[in-house]
Amino acid sequence: MLAFIVRRLLLLPVVLIGVSILIFSMLQFVHPYQRIFAYVPNIEKISAEGLDQLIEQYGLNDPLPVQYLRWVGQVLRGNLGWSQIANMPVTTAIAQRFPATAELALFAFIPVISLGIWLGVIAATHCGRPLDHLTRVIAISGWSFPSFVFGILVLMLFYGALDWFPPGQLSFWAENIVHSDSFTRFTGMNTLDALINGNLRVLLDALRHLVLPVITLAYVSWALIMRVMRSSMLEVLRQDYVTTARSKGLTERTIIKKHARRNALMPVITLGGMTITGLLSGVVITETIFNYKGLGQWVAAGALQLDTPTVLGFALFSGILIVVANLVVDIVYVFIDPRVRLS
Amino acid sequence: MKTLKKLVKNPASLAGLLIIASLAAVAVLAPVLAPPREGRNPYLIPRAGYSEIPKPPREGHAFGTTQGQYDIYYGIIWGTRSAFKVGLIVTGSIAVLGVLIGTVASYYGGLVDETVMRIVDIFMAFPFLVAAMTLTSILGKGLDRVMLALIAFGWMKYARVMRSEVLTVKEKMYIEASRAIGVGDLRIMLRHVLPNAIFPVFVVATMDIGSMVLWASALSFLGLGAEVGYADWGQLISFSRNWMIGSPGNPFMYWYTVVYPGAAIFLFVLGWNLIGDAFRDILDPRQQGSH
Repeated sequence: MLAFIVRRLLLLPVVLIGVSILIFSMLQFVHPYQRIFAYVPNIEKISAEGLDQLIEQYGLNDPLPVQYLRWVGQVLRGNLGWSQIANMPVTTAIAQRFPATAELALFAFIPVISLGIWLGVIAATHCGRPLDHLTRVIAISGWSFPSFVFGILVLMLFYGALDWFPPGQLSFWAENIVHSDSFTRFTGMNTLDALINGNLRVLLDALRHLVLPVITLAYVSWALIMRVMRSSMLEVLRQDYVTTARSKGLTERTIIKKHARRNALMPVITLGGMTITGLLSGVVITETIFNYKGLGQWVAAGALQLDTPTVLGFALFSGILIVVANLVVDIVYVFIDPRVRLS
Repeated sequence: MKTLKKLVKNPASLAGLLIIASLAAVAVLAPVLAPPREGRNPYLIPRAGYSEIPKPPREGHAFGTTQGQYDIYYGIIWGTRSAFKVGLIVTGSIAVLGVLIGTVASYYGGLVDETVMRIVDIFMAFPFLVAAMTLTSILGKGLDRVMLALIAFGWMKYARVMRSEVLTVKEKMYIEASRAIGVGDLRIMLRHVLPNAIFPVFVVATMDIGSMVLWASALSFLGLGAEVGYADWGQLISFSRNWMIGSPGNPFMYWYTVVYPGAAIFLFVLGWNLIGDAFRDILDPRQQGSH
């Protein structure tokens, strides 16, 4: 087991270097005139000769390996360039917007996992019967339904028609409270901060704004968890120890709860990393629809304005996040499953 | 042939086949269903004026006109062609690419395998939409650029599936036998390994035809897809972004701007997913389970 973990840890820098090379290669598609945007705020005020001088100064015409090393050096020092769209350094923008996105993703994670597992078990235990077919139909239709259309439709219904759940993150009055001196921003997540500050009204307002984005973000991902849980559960229910449990006279409920479900959960854990990847794609669309000021909305706006530092900065950030998340998932997996631990 | 028979027998996949067949008919008959104006690129949606405000379905514009007065019906009909184009070209390319890479890596094993799989890891470190978005924003607008971006970051799944299949196949006796009688690596791979390992790829590919269109329309929705006015379902929905909320008292005023193109995307993706799902069950009977 130790060998496995050491190997994974040793591979981490290799993959991270690869990720940086890939990002850097994409950057090379962009003309130096555009790349200079990454370094200089208020570029409009600079003349053409000034630009050439800047390109020389920042060495954007140097040989690629030299440029790459210089770029990595900058990145390691936390300098990802200037985000035109946010009008601040990319790193600052990521730090500012990450809590909002994390909050949204965490709230979406709960229904994704619990609903996915619950429906997966139901489908497996009713295999071949109507409930199984029903969950399958829901899963396939959910999968096939574009999340951006879903988002627009729920917004039409629950905001336009019913006015229950507005877009954005907070109402104006709550926004004022949150930005006032009496309200301390501990985490940057509205719900958590409201809870710590003991402000129930803000908490409720933040939750009310989260409902639609969370549903939109969650509904794409749960179908995958459900399908994996179903097949894993079917596999487990065929094992000898389940037959043994049955022949001991245990109730079906106990067999599922105590024997089958726990073992069937293992493949679902490996999906943890993939779910995070899916959620990161999802926030781009969800935040754009609901005007939710997180990383996704920022990067979507940046991509439209050809704001390369913003887009590549976010790509690098999500790349690192996913590599680390996958590592954690792999290691957790080893610790949880004694079969892997002991082999 | 047997597989096809089973697909027709299963009600879900039969529905899928029918949906895809009808959409294919729409794509083929596009010039009849929505005749383009003489001498004009048929993929550019005609406009009925320049007003920003969408106008509801009416005589001559069966599904209404969206922001900029682009005809929604025309966009959907010709958009079917774009959808098939994107789905088939992207999926075909990533499947071929992934199968080649996965087979070679797995067949030779050792350092080759290790290197290739680490490259796969690197490409998989990016969320698909984010990666495709990054590349499209750099390459510029246009359906061909979108396809290129989807291909660049879409092949890894196939390499992985193929790799694990080949790992089991290459241990089989008949491979050893071929090697013993002196058959070359290339011939073994093409004649013996590939045909015996390729089936799971078909399942993934069938579903991907739908998913790739979904991703392409997501990019168009974000404003990074086809050029403005190009017949593309995602773009039609992107036009509706400013019209999600109707006027007070009439919240669903602009429903047609999102419902028609949304339904088109949904049907296309659903059709392929239904076929793919049944396909998987046929190839892997264990999934049907019994107890």
